[in-house]
Amino acid sequence: MNAITPSAGLAQAAFVSSGAETLLRALREQGVEVIFGYPGGAVLPIYDALFQQTAIRHVLVRHEQAAVHAAEGYARSTGRVGVVLVTSGPGATNAVTGLLDALMDSVPVVCLTGQVPTHLIGNDAFQEADTTGITRPVTKHNYLVKHSRDLARTVHDAFYVARSGRPGPVVVDLPKDILIAPAPYEAAGTRPHRSYRPVTQPDPAAIRAAVRALKAARRPVVYAGGGVINAGPEASRLLGELVRLGDLPCTNTLMGLGAFPSSDPHFIGMLGMHGTYEANLAMHDCDVMLNIGARFDDRVTGRLNAFSPDSFKIHADIDPSNINKNVAVDVPIVGDAALTLRALIEAWHAEPARQDGAALQAWWKTIAGWRSIDSLRFTQSADTDAIIKPQYAVQRLAQLCAQTGRDTFITTEVGQHQMWAAQHFPFERPNRWMTSGGLGTMGYGLPAGMGVQVAHPDALVIDIAGEASILMNIQEMGTLAQYRLPVKVFVLNNEYMGMVRQWQELLHGSRYSESYSAALPDFVKLAESFHATGLRARNYGELDGVIRAMLDTPGPVIADIAVDQAENVYPMIPSGAAHNEMILGAEHAGRAASITDEGLMLV
Amino acid sequence: MPSEVDGTASRAVADSARTATISVLVDNESGVLARVIGLFSGRGYNIDSLTVAPVDDDGGRSRINVVTSGTEMVIDQIKAQLGRLVPVHRVADLTQQGPHVAREMALVKVVAGGENRSESLRIAESFRARVVDTTTGSFVFELTGAADKIDAFIELMRPIGLAEVSRTGIAAIARGAATI
Ligand SMILES: Cc1ncc(C[n+]2csc(CCOP(=O)(O)OP(=O)(O)O)c2C)c(N)n1
Ligand SMILES: [Mg+2]
Repeated sequence: MNAITPSAGLAQAAFVSSGAETLLRALREQGVEVIFGYPGGAVLPIYDALFQQTAIRHVLVRHEQAAVHAAEGYARSTGRVGVVLVTSGPGATNAVTGLLDALMDSVPVVCLTGQVPTHLIGNDAFQEADTTGITRPVTKHNYLVKHSRDLARTVHDAFYVARSGRPGPVVVDLPKDILIAPAPYEAAGTRPHRSYRPVTQPDPAAIRAAVRALKAARRPVVYAGGGVINAGPEASRLLGELVRLGDLPCTNTLMGLGAFPSSDPHFIGMLGMHGTYEANLAMHDCDVMLNIGARFDDRVTGRLNAFSPDSFKIHADIDPSNINKNVAVDVPIVGDAALTLRALIEAWHAEPARQDGAALQAWWKTIAGWRSIDSLRFTQSADTDAIIKPQYAVQRLAQLCAQTGRDTFITTEVGQHQMWAAQHFPFERPNRWMTSGGLGTMGYGLPAGMGVQVAHPDALVIDIAGEASILMNIQEMGTLAQYRLPVKVFVLNNEYMGMVRQWQELLHGSRYSESYSAALPDFVKLAESFHATGLRARNYGELDGVIRAMLDTPGPVIADIAVDQAENVYPMIPSGAAHNEMILGAEHAGRAASITDEGLMLV
Repeated sequence: MPSEVDGTASRAVADSARTATISVLVDNESGVLARVIGLFSGRGYNIDSLTVAPVDDDGGRSRINVVTSGTEMVIDQIKAQLGRLVPVHRVADLTQQGPHVAREMALVKVVAGGENRSESLRIAESFRARVVDTTTGSFVFELTGAADKIDAFIELMRPIGLAEVSRTGIAAIARGAATI
């Protein structure tokens, strides 16, 4: 595995440190405290250097995909860059799903990948992969370090790129000879980057135009996304200030939950495919829309040509390529969400125009009417042996978590349970909600929760999971055990890939092709075999006791909650439908939209 | 996703496609061309022509000229997507910015004898094409000009004995004192 002669090893001992040591020094300068990784031949020099120091902690995952999700959980719950270390070839390819997940959800991650020595690159060497080629479309940027003199600067650049502008994953591919040979150190520069200098300060003229439109609005709405969370807690505080200042209705995207407190009366819930009736109708009927840090994703817009047809649209985004991509807007604002919100608030005070109070009140009354439909309503029987409604399980979980008074972080897998978590678990603060939005990666929640728990050792971290998704990275129970990470896995077990089953019910004549979760493991025994606690609730009568026992257990837990197998996520805007063609649940019989052939083709 | 367009912003122009000559100044790092090409193929944009070469004394930066087509919204997207690539310094839409010169060089091989041989020389002369290689049965012509001039030249040579064409793709630059 070692391609370098012993003399090179001796040279490094003299006064220039090895590439691996230089790498760690650069990581330390970047403030890295923890790396999520998995060793292999190509990265052994880094592992050797890690062994000989204590400043950077290494968390050994059980699969490289999980290392990336863990770094994402760490990053999203702290606002810092998450760091991953994997070996060449299969180590790097296993990380690909995590990298794309981080790209789609704008999560700052630096992933260090091992590579075969430079002289073997292109030779189909053992565990060689064209890592920069494979990861080019799944990263914000990537580097192959070909010369020792470039190593330190490249690492610093990688962190700068990962966290600047719209954050994202960056891969640094490190040939083994570069790790072994001496590499000079270079401190992180204070000079601006050669070419990458994203605009953060919004254009004052656009800010004034936005405020004028918002003040003149008769039916305004604020639509805030994950960009607000990425801009730091100050951005969320400013969002609250602006919304209250203008008495504006505010909706959050799936990624934006927590950017605005859900208990605030201005909050009208999440929008989009499974958003609330009031959020989607407000979007459809508004006359002025302020989109801040969201990207008009197809899960949010529904049918594009019916999306908010009569509104004047303001779109603030750090990424200019998000503007006018799906939806043409009237006032584009390129900038950081916090700086933009601050500028909007200042301009609001400076702008003499007044709001039309009567119109705004009438709008709030309309919204109250929609809200009274209570689109997230469900009915839970209170018989002891009644079947548990999944929505109720989430609601009870939230209530009992709140009673503990502990800082609570929620991650999810992907499926119905994810949507019920988004709908029924209220978030008051940013960085407390970690879910795979853009990519929808089953297997995200457990490793992400692991990363959150590493960053917040005393917090309550819960993965709201489905029985199918949890099996995709179940091996990470081993990591939880090794590092005594007390993550709680709350499985809404409907014995189906429920979201797949729901689409098959609605779109494919209830032909449940391959969506039944057959041959499931016994989750209680599975937990125990991983040195964790296993709990099970079979009916309403057992639910509270199991949740309480889970919250009281100091170590990791899997709580297997048997829920209603037939339950669907509502409301639902079917693919290809407009916001005002929402299907409400059985609770609201009679309001159904038809799914067009065109809609059938969409995902 | 269908390239459907909606909202209230003015989009009368959005639906008709146009051609755009875009110049991109990039850091000459490895993989930068793959990044640009991957962006076009991955997002389904057209490439009608693409040229790339270093333009700094030290070879530190390259200029990529790409001719593409699409609706105004798509072309704006292309420029924004190019602009956010990390090694990209500058993106200029020469077509939009005003008058510019776009030139291409072609090497055209004509295999012909007798009457056709002299006819090909006559055409070359009127196009100001140079003969850069001659055998008894063939010519290689070198021709520089706008792409449509080269197209026309090739069409005229086709019935006479056109055998092979090699074109560089377009190099473009704005007229006047302004720079990218
Ligand atoms: C890696 C991956 N493969 C496939 C899918 C498609 N998919 C979306 S939801 C889902 C079912 C999830 O089932 P489960 O975890 O039990 O959640 P439920 O919907 O039942 O709550 C599937 C297969 C996906 N999102 N991710
Ligand atoms: Mg399920």
